Amino acid sequence: MATVGIHDVRKAFGLTPVIHGVDVDIADGEFVVLVGPSGCGKSTLLRMIAGLENITGGEITIGGRVVNNLPPKERDVAMVFQNYALYPHMTVAANMAFSMKLRGAPKNEIDTRVNRAAAILGLGPYLERYPRQLSGGQRQRVAMGRAIVRDPQVFLFDEPLSNLDAKLRVQMRTEIKELHQRLKTTTVYVTHDQIEAMTMADKIVVMHDGIVEQIGSPLELYDKPANQFVAGFIGSPAMNLIKGKIVVNGVASFEGPNGVKLPLGSAPENSNGRPAVYGIRPEHFTIADDGAEAEIVVVEPTGSETQVFAKLGGDEVVAVFRERHKFNPGDKIRLKPDQSVVHLFDEATGKRLTA
Amino acid sequence: MTIALDQNRPARSYREVTRWDRLKTNRNWLAIWFMLPAAAFLILFLAYPLGLGVWLSFTDARLGRDGVFVGLENYEFLWDDTTFWLSVFNTLLYTSVASIIKFAVGLYLALLLNERLPFKAIIRAVVLIPFIVPTVLSAIAFWWLFDPQFSIISWSLKKMHVITTNIDFLGDVWNARASVIFANIWRGVPFVAITLLAGLQTVSPSLYEAATIDGATPWQRFRFITYPLLTPIIAVVMTFSVLFTFTDFQLIWVMTRGGPVNATHLMATFSYQRAIMSGYLGEGAAISTAMIPFLLAAILVSWFGLQRRKWQQGENND
Repeated sequence: MATVGIHDVRKAFGLTPVIHGVDVDIADGEFVVLVGPSGCGKSTLLRMIAGLENITGGEITIGGRVVNNLPPKERDVAMVFQNYALYPHMTVAANMAFSMKLRGAPKNEIDTRVNRAAAILGLGPYLERYPRQLSGGQRQRVAMGRAIVRDPQVFLFDEPLSNLDAKLRVQMRTEIKELHQRLKTTTVYVTHDQIEAMTMADKIVVMHDGIVEQIGSPLELYDKPANQFVAGFIGSPAMNLIKGKIVVNGVASFEGPNGVKLPLGSAPENSNGRPAVYGIRPEHFTIADDGAEAEIVVVEPTGSETQVFAKLGGDEVVAVFRERHKFNPGDKIRLKPDQSVVHLFDEATGKRLTA
Repeated sequence: MTIALDQNRPARSYREVTRWDRLKTNRNWLAIWFMLPAAAFLILFLAYPLGLGVWLSFTDARLGRDGVFVGLENYEFLWDDTTFWLSVFNTLLYTSVASIIKFAVGLYLALLLNERLPFKAIIRAVVLIPFIVPTVLSAIAFWWLFDPQFSIISWSLKKMHVITTNIDFLGDVWNARASVIFANIWRGVPFVAITLLAGLQTVSPSLYEAATIDGATPWQRFRFITYPLLTPIIAVVMTFSVLFTFTDFQLIWVMTRGGPVNATHLMATFSYQRAIMSGYLGEGAAISTAMIPFLLAAILVSWFGLQRRKWQQGENND
């Protein structure tokens, strides 16, 4: 177990820079998720920690030791790949034992460790099978077993669940989290799925176009997104972002498209008339007589809740209700945002305006 | 329960299903017809000549004269023929030395071309050149390279003061053997290299990355990942390589015609010389037929090498 430090790390492929100075501090035993849309540089960053890509600029430390120029095997990290990268010609046991065999560990030690890992992951009955004879979830477990046997300082996961079906993904998500709680090994986990990030992470790093947009705990990111990108990326369905301007006329309010008036708890000083983006999460709408009028476009019941897509001012917004309303497309409803949880963002920079 | 049928629907007339109707839709019957063109081709150009060759080896046929069945007489004659045994020795030497070196060099080139290299596409094209040039053409080129008087190799070595007199490449027994083997290797390496390269490219790069993180050195990555995953392709490519080398004719015939003093006669060239040049068709055919056991042995070895390994099998074979 060890801390991982990423300081002003940069990466360029040839002349194309892909990571423009990233800083992340990972505490000992922490579960950190790097999340972002494809092409944001999260996998490249992970591969730089692993030593599979060299570092163009900046510094990566593992356990306080700068590893920039260390080959992967001296970094003491284990990695789980998206396609599992199991050695097809080796049995499950041999796959897990491979790293120790290379190190020349004594046979009984290898057996002990492999059996321990197999017991943790429930792979006991499959030790003599070949990867081809396993299901997707089992292969995923073998890949994790290979990492556990190493007993490394840091676990690295590169989108490990994206090849699994939806149900298995949820199950493996819990298993990985459980495993982390049990082993308490520092973990860096890459995913493009914000739900995976929210459910698993102690700390989320949201990346976009090679920079870090925000670092924080899942709920921090959800409650106080630092900018419009994070606001739109975290949460499903996504936050409604409505363009307009702040109006301070005794009380603060927000004027959306076509003059729709939306309530504001407070506005930054001297912001009357300032163009801004109004953010409200779908679950923070209520139906109230003093709400803004909207016309329902689509109703999607999921059972536990109902998603309603409606035209508000000209913009389409989505609202989520846990209670069961009788809604039909074309109905006029009055949507009222909860003004205590409204997010305001600068229109030009996308930065958060409210505290 | 009764079902109300539409009473007004006109009654259709059905015809009795004949045997021919059934045959027309019989999959096996159709399959025979689809296979017929290929089968005819194989029988006409492969099975028939092979059968004829074997039959001729049991006759005393000469050029222009049908033979009569003489049993194993041709083989008995060959058994006591030292030139025949020399050609067997030559063929085995030629095949084994050339195949081993072709494998080593081909594998090396394939591994090299699988790395990130500048001008990789050009290098790959260059590697293929020997394979594209017609054999006879390259054989003539080698003949010149190895010419006793005008050899550029001798000339260069003399200029560098390594030797004082020309090397007699094709006139000395062992020099000639080494020369034809060299030419064969030059010609055969591209096939091995490109096929193995294709095999290497099917190995997922993430396996190497996983092995790197597991602490494998480049040699260990080759030994434990590349080599085991490549064995099925090695088996195929080396079988073909051995078969082609064993039955080689053109290179030898153009460069040495089996000389000097039969030192480079392979079974194929010797058979041609006996059957066509000297006209003893039966004896020539017997020499050719004698190659069959060797070729079968080579195929058997690869067949066992090719048997699906346990890790390649599906889920039901544990």
